[in-house]
Amino acid sequence: MTTKPEMTAAEIASAVAGRKMSALDATDAALARIKQHDGVLNCFTDVTAERARAKARAIDADIAAGKEVGPLAGVPFAVKNLFDVAGLPTRAGSKINRDLAPSKRDATLIERMEAAGAVLVGALNMGEYAYDFTGENVHDGPSRNPHDTTRMTGGSSGGSGSAVGGALVPIALGSDTNGSIRVPSSFCGIFGLKPTYGRLSRARSFPFVASLDHLGPFARSVTDLALAYDAMQGPDADDGACTTRGLDPTLPLIANPISDLRIAVAGGYFQKNVFPEAVEAVSRVAKALGATRVVDVPEASRARAAAYIITTTEGASLHLDRLRKRPNDFDPAVRDRLIAGAMVPAPLVDRAQKFRRWYRAQLAEIFKSIDVLLAPATPCTAPKLGQVNFNLDGVELPVRANIGIHTQPISFIGLPVVAVPVPLEPLPIGVQIICAPWREDIALRVAYALEQMGVASAPSPRGL
Amino acid sequence: MAEPLDDYIDAVSKALALPVEEAWRPAVRANLEVSLRLARLVDEFALPDETEPAPIFTA
Repeated sequence: MTTKPEMTAAEIASAVAGRKMSALDATDAALARIKQHDGVLNCFTDVTAERARAKARAIDADIAAGKEVGPLAGVPFAVKNLFDVAGLPTRAGSKINRDLAPSKRDATLIERMEAAGAVLVGALNMGEYAYDFTGENVHDGPSRNPHDTTRMTGGSSGGSGSAVGGALVPIALGSDTNGSIRVPSSFCGIFGLKPTYGRLSRARSFPFVASLDHLGPFARSVTDLALAYDAMQGPDADDGACTTRGLDPTLPLIANPISDLRIAVAGGYFQKNVFPEAVEAVSRVAKALGATRVVDVPEASRARAAAYIITTTEGASLHLDRLRKRPNDFDPAVRDRLIAGAMVPAPLVDRAQKFRRWYRAQLAEIFKSIDVLLAPATPCTAPKLGQVNFNLDGVELPVRANIGIHTQPISFIGLPVVAVPVPLEPLPIGVQIICAPWREDIALRVAYALEQMGVASAPSPRGL
Repeated sequence: MAEPLDDYIDAVSKALALPVEEAWRPAVRANLEVSLRLARLVDEFALPDETEPAPIFTA
């Protein structure tokens, strides 16, 4: 059996386990595709070819010996370069961190993916220290959108979006503090899961905003997203915020009917400041799901403001010493934002955290009468690289500040979200499937139903 | 002409031993203005005295 670029993780794992394809062939195919396209996409900062081939050979040896292999046997994957990879310094998109000693041990999520048989092929480009929505990076250059390489991938997990959107790997991992999984998913036309806050371990990944940081997977199909997510679940004493709940496997549930679910569209704030393509995408999804109810999320604008304050101040606190000692080694735009963050008076941060508690209670109330909330993932399709403003209804608005306006009020209280790609022309755009805490299973079920109906799908990369 | 926030930026810069070079000042000031505008939105929202903060969010 020969490999083809857009094979899903499930197809690769099945072929490898069934001895129709070797794990080494699957790995070599991904490495060849990376070599062919990364010069343009600029999504990989490290390719771990030697390690990958050694892992693939070990899987092939296990299969030859008749041993059981995991559900991701032979599946190539890559990680945002804020995950620790043994032998590499964890650069987190920065120049400064390149001076760190090489990591001694992989991040927990890499260990869990590899325990399920997946094969790490490299680390991916990202916005500096994850304080970014564009996927641009002054040190490594921008990751590029696989559907139009003159456009942004979105960030900060830009390389993850580009690598999966460009079908270089079927699965990538990234992080999401304010939208950094959902934004690249939207711009690059792929599925992304930001789980409930605390669901997946962040151990041995470089932090940004401890009280808002999440890790999660990207994929080209919902089945692959669930496969990766299930492989990574479980408590981890190495992450103080990681849940002690047991596993909640989702793969066996995703094909269940959705007729019992109460689905609503987010109104008010979530219907403002959006381009027609975002309106069209939400409308298609809502129509396919028969969702006619509109629910207003109270004070979402204030929630976004509070998320902004917590982000800029906790981020500043994290980087305070680097700002003192090596200010000229930061991306100037990131540095100046962080310095300003260090200057926000403490009572305003405390009020943002208190507002968070209030806002969480409002959403908990809403989720008593619905199961799913639909909202745009981004207000627009991918802007041009370097684009500063966009024009919305005759008003010039800054691009960077507005890309995450619909994702921030959701991650602010840690709700699980699957971003599903709606393959509009000429560019795809994402819709958020938002659920109550710990109900990733419902979000994945709805995403799967949309995929089966042909409403959500990852388009073939058009820019390669 | 000095901007209204400049004295504040100088004072915090000194208090935190955090350098702010003159060339960076306009961008730092612009970012701080955005942060304070957004923080005001939150500050204006009345909450009961008993409200607990959520620095570590537990879902």
